[in-house]
Amino acid sequence: MRNPYLPLPMKLVKNFTETSDKLIHTFTLEFLNEQDAENFKYEPGQFAEVMVYGKGEAPFGIASSPTEKGILKFSVAKVGVVSTALHMLEEGSIVGVRGPLGNSYPLEQLKGKSLTIIGGGFAFTTLRSTIQYILDPANRGDYGDLTVIYGARNPGLLLYKDELAAWDARSDINLVTTIDRAVEGWNGRVGFIPAVTKEVAPKTDYAIICGPPVMIKFTLPVLEECGFTPDRIIMSLENRMKCGIGMCGRCNVGSKYVCKDGPVFTKEQLDKLPNEY
Amino acid sequence: MIINKNEIANILTKLAEEYLVIAPVQKDGIVQFSAIKNGAEACLTFANTKKPGKEILFPQSEELYSYTIDTEGVRMQANVDQKETIVFGMRPCDVKSLVLLDNVFKNDQYQDVYYLTRRANTLIVGLGCNEPAATCFCSNMACGPFAKEGSDIFLTDIGEAYVAEGISEKGQALLAKLGLGSATAEQKALANQLQAETKADGGVNIAGIAEKLGGMFEHPFWDSLHEKCLGCAACTYLCPTCHCFDIADEATDCNGCRVRNWDACMFPLFTLHGSGHNPRPNGKARWRQRLMHKFNYFVDRYNATACVGCGRCIKNCPVNLDIRQALADIRALD
Ligand SMILES: Cc1cc2nc3c(=O)[nH]c(=O)nc-3n(C[C@H](O)[C@H](O)[C@H](O)COP(=O)(O)OP(=O)(O)OC[C@H]3O[C@@H](n4cnc5c(N)ncnc54)[C@H](O)[C@@H]3O)c2cc1C
Ligand code: SF4
Ligand code: SF4
Ligand code: FES
Repeated sequence: MRNPYLPLPMKLVKNFTETSDKLIHTFTLEFLNEQDAENFKYEPGQFAEVMVYGKGEAPFGIASSPTEKGILKFSVAKVGVVSTALHMLEEGSIVGVRGPLGNSYPLEQLKGKSLTIIGGGFAFTTLRSTIQYILDPANRGDYGDLTVIYGARNPGLLLYKDELAAWDARSDINLVTTIDRAVEGWNGRVGFIPAVTKEVAPKTDYAIICGPPVMIKFTLPVLEECGFTPDRIIMSLENRMKCGIGMCGRCNVGSKYVCKDGPVFTKEQLDKLPNEY
Repeated sequence: MIINKNEIANILTKLAEEYLVIAPVQKDGIVQFSAIKNGAEACLTFANTKKPGKEILFPQSEELYSYTIDTEGVRMQANVDQKETIVFGMRPCDVKSLVLLDNVFKNDQYQDVYYLTRRANTLIVGLGCNEPAATCFCSNMACGPFAKEGSDIFLTDIGEAYVAEGISEKGQALLAKLGLGSATAEQKALANQLQAETKADGGVNIAGIAEKLGGMFEHPFWDSLHEKCLGCAACTYLCPTCHCFDIADEATDCNGCRVRNWDACMFPLFTLHGSGHNPRPNGKARWRQRLMHKFNYFVDRYNATACVGCGRCIKNCPVNLDIRQALADIRALD
């Protein structure tokens, strides 16, 4: 019997300060055991429990793409015990990782479809995974048009600035970045995501959206106006978690456990569940 | 088979030489499950143990693994309990709760090795209830004072002796090994009569409750139900089917362990997010969760109600909130 509580040991190879307020760091981890690297097969949208020995464990979305071999990336906001401990870890430290956990964006089902991907704040992490995956030469041909709308409060808070620049330079992705208020030197759009989404008025087969609850709340009606039916809007939920495997009883929404049945649900599925998330 | 009451202590003492024997014991003023070496310690005259039988397979606090970290890497040691165990004298409601918990600790994807290893190594001797307590309503909950589901051996108290039935193969094998005498036709008849006639009917009728609750999430009923609740979580800790837990670290710099502890949805911190958002911010949402989980969500997920009618939540609630009444009130709603 495999013990789902035992973490895999990983080495922190990079602790990178992602945002200008220094509150978000991106961690690059390498498997200590080669076999673990082989076995750890994940898909964009999944998460893992990251453990700082002696401090505890917390769930984070996997920010790397399966196409980036041998490593895992997590972008973590400093909010509490585990996240603060992670921020303070020196490169070379060992952490534990349990995963991959949860379901993923249905990328198999989305083959041949055009996509709009909308992200707000640091919830952009698993969307990075998805975009990297789709843009990989091995996969790009499987998907149609790709529009990405990504917003942050100010330019300094945008994650993955190098990648955003690289994506922007490509012709096979329509990247729209936006910030809340105009600042000098910013050439992208200004405005909140719902408004920008309305302007862009994406016409694709599916929309994937991930961000803070308020942003989701105001963007969903816009997406419906743009013609996305609830079965074509894909969202990712966040709930407080411990076990990550459907046993500790913490993260349920109705009869679904977000850790195991989610975190990815369509709006159609969520409409059938109690509004308690 | 028949076990005379005056033989019980000897049998248990003998079994304890080979197995870990756990039985109800009168200790610190309450009856609780405890490992025994001497069979005379077992107390088989009790309405129900204070803490539920789940604690034997899913302890209130248990170490999942310990670790040592140094320049070489990490060494982890999982502490999976392998002892061959006999639980002697568990009431049918608690036995049934284990059948329900099996669903949780073994899902289609993950296996809880700690619970499942203990489960596989544990033989359960169930003990019927001749005199159910006033708070018991197992007969209403697909269970009953003489329900045998989940027991390997089942005992019926007929006065001077217990009629023992081997239910599972494992149970039959142990009974054969004990070399007991056969029950007479009269003794069997008496046991059958007790089994057929003893009821713990709390007047609870849950037919259709799951479906009804399905449409009741926004119902004003929840606004008042929780009002006198203190949020102490006694009802959930002492419930044999409640399985929620927390995982915590106990560590110094390089050595540590991860421990899991019972936790409960009646606590506000249970679902508090790092962002400060709490999907269940008040007593209303938490009582609704408790009831919904037992009578709707669990049914939806595992096709069974997560309540066995043991009455512990009723007996131990400091403000006398009664789940039987809550269910009756839900029934009475239009
Ligand atoms: C599927 C999923 C994916 C996620 N992905 C990411 C991600 O990619 N990046 C990311 O940064 N975050 C992510 N999160 C959120 C992240 O899991 C939490 O921010 C994280 O658990 C915080 O852990 P912590 O130990 O640092 O915080 P904790 O120390 O647990 O607490 C953080 C805050 O929670 C509250 N709190 C918790 N416990 C208590 C208590 N006992 N008393 C009072 N207040 C308390 C307080 O507000 C506290 O400041 C994700 C969550 C989920 C479920
Ligand atoms: S809900 Fe109450 S009566 Fe039902 S099993 Fe739990 S403690 Fe016993
Ligand atoms: S035991 Fe009673 S007071 Fe305590 S949480 Fe349960 S219902 Fe509320
Ligand atoms: S985190 Fe334990 S059930 Fe979801």
